[in-house]
Formats: sequence, C-alpha cells, structure tokens
Amino acid sequence: MLSIKNLHAGVEGKKILKGINLQVNAGEVHAIMGPNGSGKSSLASVLAGRESYEVTEGDVTLDEKELLEMSPEDRAREGLFLAFQYPVEIPGVSNINFLKTALNEIRSYRSLAPLDAKSFLALTKEKQKLVEFDAKFTNRSLNEGFSGGEKKRNEIFQLAMLEPKLSILDETDSGLDIDALRIVSNGVNRLRTDKNAFIIITHYQRLLEYIVPDFVHVLYDGRIVKSGTKALALELEEKGYDWLKEEAQLQEQV
Amino acid sequence: MATQVAIPLYDQLSKDFQQRTVVPENEDDTLYNWRRRAFDKFRQQGFPSIRQEDWKYTNLVPYLKEELQTDLPSHDYNEITPETVQKFYINKLEANVLVLVNGELNTSLSSFHGDGDVSIQSINSAADHELYRPYMGKEIDLRHDTLAALNSALFNDGLFIEVRANAVVEKPLHIINLYTSPKNIFLQPRHLIVAHKSAAVSIIETSANINNDAIVWINSVTEVYAEQNAQVNHYVLQSGLVNTREVNHTEVTQHTHSLYNNYTVTLPGADLVRNNLNVNLVESATETHLYGLYLGADHQLIDNHTTVDHRKPNCFSNELYKGVLAGNAKAVFNGKIFVHREAQKTNAFQQNNNLLLSDKAVIDSKPQLEIFADDVKCSHGSTAGQFNNEALFYLRSRGISESSARSLLVSAFAFDVINKIKVGALRSHIEKLINQNLQKWYASK
Repeated sequence: MLSIKNLHAGVEGKKILKGINLQVNAGEVHAIMGPNGSGKSSLASVLAGRESYEVTEGDVTLDEKELLEMSPEDRAREGLFLAFQYPVEIPGVSNINFLKTALNEIRSYRSLAPLDAKSFLALTKEKQKLVEFDAKFTNRSLNEGFSGGEKKRNEIFQLAMLEPKLSILDETDSGLDIDALRIVSNGVNRLRTDKNAFIIITHYQRLLEYIVPDFVHVLYDGRIVKSGTKALALELEEKGYDWLKEEAQLQEQV
Repeated sequence: MATQVAIPLYDQLSKDFQQRTVVPENEDDTLYNWRRRAFDKFRQQGFPSIRQEDWKYTNLVPYLKEELQTDLPSHDYNEITPETVQKFYINKLEANVLVLVNGELNTSLSSFHGDGDVSIQSINSAADHELYRPYMGKEIDLRHDTLAALNSALFNDGLFIEVRANAVVEKPLHIINLYTSPKNIFLQPRHLIVAHKSAAVSIIETSANINNDAIVWINSVTEVYAEQNAQVNHYVLQSGLVNTREVNHTEVTQHTHSLYNNYTVTLPGADLVRNNLNVNLVESATETHLYGLYLGADHQLIDNHTTVDHRKPNCFSNELYKGVLAGNAKAVFNGKIFVHREAQKTNAFQQNNNLLLSDKAVIDSKPQLEIFADDVKCSHGSTAGQFNNEALFYLRSRGISESSARSLLVSAFAFDVINKIKVGALRSHIEKLINQNLQKWYASK
C-alpha cells in the first residue's frame, strides 16, 4: 500500500530525514518509535504534505501513485489520514460543517455524489458510537476549548468518518489519561480491517499494549535503525534507546 | 480654500446654496437659519482634508475630481417596477418594506405606509416641522463635521420615522435604497428615526444600484433617537457597486434605560465607504452594542469611524469590528470612547480585528480612549494578522481544497459578528452574500 524509498527531507536546509525505507501493506499496523528529535513527526508531516518540509531525495507511493507530487488535499482524497499531534483549534468552523465539507470533497474526487443530510447524519451517529465521541462536540467549533483528550478523540472520530486507507497517528497517546487512551485505542482497533493500514508514531510502549502492532521500527537520526515485532517495543521499554544509538554509531563508523 | 481647487463640486454647492436665498415656502425661519449656519461652516472649511486627524487616512480628493450633478435626476425612476423592487427583498424576511429612490421615499413602490405604531413621512413633506425640530441636528457637531454640515444645509429628502411610545413593532422595517442616475450624481439623503418611550423596533437598511454607469456619490445623515427605555436594532448592509462613493453619518442619541444595537456589514464593491457612527449617551443606564464587519477587495477603501460618548453614569457599551482585506483594499478603523468625569461606573469595551489576505492590503486601526472618570471598566484591543497556515494545512489534510479551506477560515473569522445578527432571514442573506464574495475575492491566493 505505502512504499517509502530512500526518503530524504528537511526544513530550511537542515536535514532531518536521511534515507527512510518502509513498506506498509494492507491490513498491517506499524509502530514507529524513537527518541526525541529522531524525525518521527517530520516523517508524518512529509507524508501528509506540510509545506515547510522540502523533500530532497526519494520516492513515496500510495497504491502505486506518487504521493510527493500531490497537494495535501489530494493525498487525503487518495486515502491518507494524519491524526495530528497538536490538532488545531478553529473557532467559527463547526465540527460538523467541517466534516461534511471534507467528506463531500473526498467523495467528489472519487466521483461519488455528495451524501444527503439524512445519510450524513446516520453516518455521523454510527461513527460517534464507534469511537465513543460525545455528540455534544459535533456542533461546537472545531476543537475550540476541547481538552487534550477531547481533541485526540476528535481526530479518531474524523478518521472514522473519512475511512482512509492509510492512517498515521502522530503521538496520539501523548497527554492522554488512561481512560482516553483506552477509548482511542478501542476506536482504532474497531476501525482496523484487512484493507486499511496504520502507522502509529509513539514514544511509549504503553499504547502498543492497546493497539498491537505487526511491526515495530526504531527511528534514530533520520533513519530506521532497527525493525522487529512487538517484542522490540518491550525491549526498548526495558533498555531505553541508548544501546541502539551506540549500535547506530558503530555502523556509521564501519 | 486652496484645497478645494481640485474639487469642482465645491463651487457647484455654493451656487446651489445661493439659489436658496429665498426661503422655501414650506420652511420656517428657524430651519432656514439653521441650514444657513450649517452652510457657513461648510463654506469656511470645505471638504475634509487629510490634514484633519479624522481624515488622515482617507483622502477624499481623488473621489471628488469628477463633475457631479447635485439636482436629482428627473423622475425617470418611474421606470422602476414593483417586480424590480422585489428582487431586492430579502428571502424569507417578514418585513414592512420602504423603498427610497435616490434617497426619496417612493410610496407606490413601498409596501408599508405606516400604521398605529409607526409613522412614516418623507422628511420634506413632514407637514408640521414642530414634530422634528426638537430632534433635527441636535447632537451633530457642525464645526467638526463639515460633510454633516453640508448635508444639513442642502439635504435632498429622506425619511422621518417615528415609533410611538410603548409600541413593540414585531416586523422589522426594511428600507431599500435604490440608486439610479444617467449622470454622475451627488446625493444628500437625510433620515430621522425616533423611537419614543418604551418603543421597540428593528430597522434594516439595504441598498442597490439599478445601474452603475454613472458615479453615485452619497453624503447621508441619519439621526436616531432612542428615548427612555426604547430599544432599537439598526442593521446596515452596504453592498454598493463600483462607482459608488458614500459617506454615511449616523448620529445616535440614547436616553435612560434605552438599548441601541448597530450592525454594519460592508461588502466588496463600492469605491469608497466612510461610516461615521456616533453614539451619545446623554442619560444614565443605557446599553449599546456596535458590531461591524467589512470585507474589502480590489482597490476599495472602507473607513469606519465610531465614537461612543459616555456622558452619564452606569452606561454599558461594547464594540466589535472585524475586517477582511484582499487585493489592494485599504481599511481604516478609528474607535473613540469618551468617558466624561460624571460617567462613573461606565463599562466600555472595544475590539477591532483584521485579517489581511494580501501583501498589498492595508489597515490603519486606531483605538482611542479618553477617560476622565475614576471608577470605570474600559478596554480596547486591535489586531492585524494573516491566515493561520497551520489551520489551513489542517483543513487541507482532511481533503478540503485550498480555496474551500480559505473560504471556511474567512467565514470563521466573520462568525463572531454575523452570529450577533438576531434576524434569522437577514443573517442567512448576509451569509449567502459573504459566501459569494468569498468565492470571488478571497478563495485564491
């Protein structure tokens, strides 16, 4: 589904991603872990098309289509979804109006007729239930005055509504209390199918107890320095990242 | 008057006034003398110049260089049919409609002619000038406002609306101002609105150009009196086209326990819009809300000058003006709040926020507070900013096109003001007009 080959990118001339290779297939959940500043969130930003990042080398395809040449909205319409680490508050734009606009623009891109009011409402209700998102939030301004946990739950609600192929969760667990973490994880687990895929970016192994990944990758200094299964996450929890840093530096010297 | 050399209209107006040396038949001496004094003020000072603080950012000279006719066009506006007027009705708005053509009340096109609660007259035909003499020009400072002085001296015609004591008028009065002229024209409408004790009324003003081949220059004065315990909601929708230039002076006087709300929405179109909105709180315990939204585009100049004059204790005033400027548009906001020594326990708040969508758009924002009382709560704030790129990216990352995302963000910015409009049909109408303008002016980079 997603294929990243030798991806190099940076901001204002500073190199951040230094040759990422990653293959994600339908039905898989990949976790990306790593110390602060290793490039985890940058990878998410580059994939979603944040304009401040400049890609200097490499290819990314989503179902054989060149992702890097698309505008952020076209990437979303092709089925990419980024759950933001810091969702933006937009006073004056109602949550529901925003979702309706997004959904219908995506549908129009796929040559589908816009959803009528009744079907939209039905879909909203169904997805709210699925991700346990309180209906009272849907008519409020987008994320305005939401707590950190409510914002993250809103991200998962949007994910449920837009039904992307590939979802990237950028530190969705950070700042969540255990109840919110459980709700968010349950939501993701319910949305998992053999046709979609998830990339979960996190600092902590704790989230991976709730959303069990098929693969775990460790990002360090702009590269994936180690890949493995869930066991790798446990090992990292126990030993920290230092042993990997040393290993990575050794490899560089060789 | 060196500065007036470039303005052909100045001489024309002097001639006009000389022709009036004979006191018009239906005008008594007092009124004539008042007009005479007003004209003297105008003649001495001429048109406002950028050397005056209140006109520092708005130079009228470029807008006055053409020949302008001061006589109303012959009544060829009889051509305006009721069907034409209906196009300017607001969808689903239940209102009593008054139609003015070039500032003159047209009774045959109007659907409302007054009833037990509201009296409607043209200001010139007000049979008994005693009725409006206690109000006419009472609070306007002719020395500092030469355009208001000019209007006082030479106004064409306008509306005199009285809402009787204790009348609660359910349907809003919708005043449709139509402009049509084969030649460049300088119009001076004059309106007087009096809400007597404990009356309540909503007034909606809209305007439309029937044709815009010629320049329509409007120098209007509207006086509003909210007597004791009266409530007035005053909505002004400005959607003039290119070639429209307007200076609107609104002088509001509030007596005790009265409420006055003003909502001024200016859409892209007219070359020049200058609004002078002065609110005089002449008695205690009043409430005032001023909401403004101005959308500028192209080479438009929109200038809002407001004054809230707190003269007595325990009055509350709140002002929120928001502007969105694209292209080469320029806007001016000047908000004055005076709190006199006697006006203890005043609450006065003011906010002006601006969104600039191009490198060439300009805003001159100037909040001004002068406080002479010592037990008051006052605040003011002014901001100018650009699009929040993070918000734009967030919306786009959900599949929303860049142009829709920009439209959504502009609507969101305007929401605080639009949301205050209490008449649902009017709010929907304005939202629709804003959306049309968003597509046209604001959606692209």
